[in-house]
Amino acid sequence: MIRKLKPALAAAALSLAILSPLAMAAEEQFFPLIDYRVGPYGSNGQAFYGGFIDYLNYVNLKEKGVNGVQMTWEECETEYNNAKGVECYERLKSKAAKSAGPIHTMSTGISYALVDKAAQDKLPLAMMGYGRTDAVDGSVFPYAFPLVTTYQMQASAIVKFIKDKNGGNLAGKKIVYLYHDSAYGKEAIIAMEAEASLNKFTLVQIPVAHPGNEQGAQWLKIRQEKPDYVVFWGWGVMNQTALKAAQKVGYPRDKMIGSWWTGSEEDVVPAGDAAKGYMAATWNVAGKQVPVIADIQKVVYGAGKGNLQDAGKIGTVLYNRGVSAAVLSVEAIRKAQEKYGKGKAMNGEQVRWALENLNITDARLKTLGATDLLPEIKTSCDNHEGSGKVKIQQWDGAKWVPVSGWIEGNKGLIHPLFQASAKQYAKEKGITPRDCSKEK
Amino acid sequence: MNFFLEVLIGGLLSGVMYALVALGFVLIYKASGVFNFAQGAMVYLAALSVVGVMEKGAPLWLAVILAFVIMTLFGIATEKFVLRKLVNQPPIALFMATIGLAFFIEGLAPMIFGSEPRALELGIVDEPIPWILDNWNMVISKFDLVAAGVASVLVATLALFFQYTRIGRALRAVADDHQAALSIGIPLQHIWAIVWGVAGFVALVAGMMWGARNGVQFALTFTALKALPVLILGGFTSVPGAIVGGLIIGASEKLAEIYIPPVMQDLFGGNFGGIEGWFPYVLALLFLLVRPEGLFGERHIDRV
Repeated sequence: MIRKLKPALAAAALSLAILSPLAMAAEEQFFPLIDYRVGPYGSNGQAFYGGFIDYLNYVNLKEKGVNGVQMTWEECETEYNNAKGVECYERLKSKAAKSAGPIHTMSTGISYALVDKAAQDKLPLAMMGYGRTDAVDGSVFPYAFPLVTTYQMQASAIVKFIKDKNGGNLAGKKIVYLYHDSAYGKEAIIAMEAEASLNKFTLVQIPVAHPGNEQGAQWLKIRQEKPDYVVFWGWGVMNQTALKAAQKVGYPRDKMIGSWWTGSEEDVVPAGDAAKGYMAATWNVAGKQVPVIADIQKVVYGAGKGNLQDAGKIGTVLYNRGVSAAVLSVEAIRKAQEKYGKGKAMNGEQVRWALENLNITDARLKTLGATDLLPEIKTSCDNHEGSGKVKIQQWDGAKWVPVSGWIEGNKGLIHPLFQASAKQYAKEKGITPRDCSKEK
Repeated sequence: MNFFLEVLIGGLLSGVMYALVALGFVLIYKASGVFNFAQGAMVYLAALSVVGVMEKGAPLWLAVILAFVIMTLFGIATEKFVLRKLVNQPPIALFMATIGLAFFIEGLAPMIFGSEPRALELGIVDEPIPWILDNWNMVISKFDLVAAGVASVLVATLALFFQYTRIGRALRAVADDHQAALSIGIPLQHIWAIVWGVAGFVALVAGMMWGARNGVQFALTFTALKALPVLILGGFTSVPGAIVGGLIIGASEKLAEIYIPPVMQDLFGGNFGGIEGWFPYVLALLFLLVRPEGLFGERHIDRV
C-alpha cells in the first residue's frame, strides 16, 4: 500500500516544495523604495525613509502585517539625481509587477521623469507635497497622486494664514515671494498671483539662483521694498542663507513663512539664532508625543529593528513625515484589500484604485495613533490631492511648535488652475481623459 | 545713491568670500599647473572636521587645530597616494585625479562626521553695524567685515610667502616644469605635500567663514562654483588676482541682480531675476576673449 502511494506522496511533496515559496511570496506586499540617503540632501532622506521603513516594520511587528500580508521593500539610492532615479525605477519595476506599494521619490525632478513611465507600467506614484501638481486631476493622471497638499494649495493656505492674522483683509499689504529659481520655486507663482489679484495685495517676486548660498542682493531689495511678509519657497542651503540674510538686513523672522521644504530641523538648526521665530507650512507635527511615534520607538527599536543609525532623528519633522507617508501607503493597501481580497498582496492597479478612493478620517487617524501626522484625506478620480490642508509651525529656537490648526487653501481658486494645466497636458500627449463620473 | 552704495559694498564684501575659496585653487595651480577640481570638497571636509570634532566636546580653538592637522595629513596623503604616481604626466591626468579626489572626499567626509547640516558659531554675529545703519541707513555686516579682514591677512601672507621664501620660489619652479625642477634638485614630493597642506589651510579658513555664514553642509562644495569666474578674471596664478577678481565678480553680480531685471522686464515683460547664477560666467567669458590669462595671470608665450 505504502509502496503504491510512494509516487503520489513524492509528487505531492514536490508540488508543495515548489508551490510554498510562491504562496509565501503572495503574502508579501512589496514597496519599491527609490530613495536617497547620501549626496547633497542625504540627511533629509535619512530621516524621511527611516521613518517610512520604521512604520512598515512596525506594522509587521505589531499586527503581523496587513491582514497577514507582510510589508517588504527594497531600497535603491538616487542621490537626488534624476537619471539615477529613473535607473532605480527601471531596476525595481519588475519586482513590483506582482505587488507594489506607492512609490515615494521625495523629488519633484524624479517624479516628473516617472509620471509617464509609472502610468505605462501601472505603478502608483505618490508625490506628497511635491511633484507634478496638475496630477490632482486624476482623469488625466490616473497613476500619479500629489497627495495631501500641492505647492499651489500650500501657497494659498499660507496667504489665508496671513490674512487671518490681519483681520481678514490684505488690501494694500505688500508680500514678497522669494523663491528658488527652478520649476519647484515657480510652481507656486500662479497661486500667489491669483491670491494677490483676489485679495488686492501687492506681490513682489524675487528669484534666487541655485544653489542659493548667496542672497545679499535679494535681501537688500527686500529691505528696500519693506514688505509686510515674505513668503519663502527655498530648498537646501538656500533656506539657512535666507534666514541669515534676513537677520543681516534686520528683517523680522516672524514675518517669514516658508513652504514645507523649508520647515524641518535641517533647515533651521544650521542658521542658529537667526531662525528663531521663523514659520513654515507642514502637514505633520514634530515630536514624539504622537502615540504612533512613541510606539514605533518602543516596538521597533525595542526589537532592535530600527532603521535609523541615529535614533535622535526620531520625532523630527522629516522622520514623522516619513511615518505619515507610510501610514497613508499602508492605509491604501488596507483599502485595496477590502475590495480585492483580504490577506492578499495588491498589485499596482489595485493600489492605484485604493489611492483614488482613500477616506482617512480623524477617527481613523486616532485609532492608528497618528493624529496630527496627517489631515483628513478623501481622494477621488478628480481630486488626487485629497486634502489641501496644512498647519503653520514656528521655530522657537529649539523645536517646531504648531501655531495654527489645519488651514485649507482656496480650492475654488486653485483647483481650476490644475484642471486647465492637466487639460493642456492631455492635449499635448494625446490622452483621452477618463470620465470621473463613471469611476468608483 | 545710498542704495547703490549699499549694494556695491555688500557685493564687494561677498566677493571677498568668493576670493577665499579661489585662493585654494590658485595655490594648487601655482604648484602643479593643474586645476584642482576637489577644492570645493576640501572646503566641505575642513568645515565638517571642525564641527565634527566640536561635537565630540572639543572647544573651537582645539577643533580648528585638529581640523588643520586633518587637512595637512590629507594633503600629505594626496601627494603620496595620488600625485606621486602622476609626476610628468600631462595636466589633464592630474585634473582627472582631482575629480576622483572630489568624489572621494564628498563620500568619505559625511561617513566620518555625519551628513546633517550643522551650525558653526564663531562668535561673530551676522548683523548690521548699528552706527553705520543709524547714520548712513546702510546695512554693512560685522561678519562680512571680519571675513574681509581675514582674507586680506591671508592674501598678504601668501603673496609674501610665494615671492620671498625659498619654498615659494621652488613652488613656482615646479609649476613651470616638473622635470626641470627635479633636475635641479627641487624635492617635488615635499613641495607638493606642502602646497596641498597650505591649500588645506586655506580651505579650512574658507570653510569656517562659509560654514559660519550658511551652516556646515554638503552645499559648501558648491562654493567652488563661485570661485571659477573669479579665477578667470584674476588669473589662475595670482594670489592678489584672486582678491581683485573676487571683488569684481561680487560687486558686478550684485549690481546686475538689482539693476538688470527691471530693465529686462520693461523691455520684454515677464519675470527676470536670479541672474547672479550665470552673470559672473558671462562676464568671465567676455573677459576671456580680451585677456585669456586674466588680470594678473602670467602670459604664456611659446617659441615657434
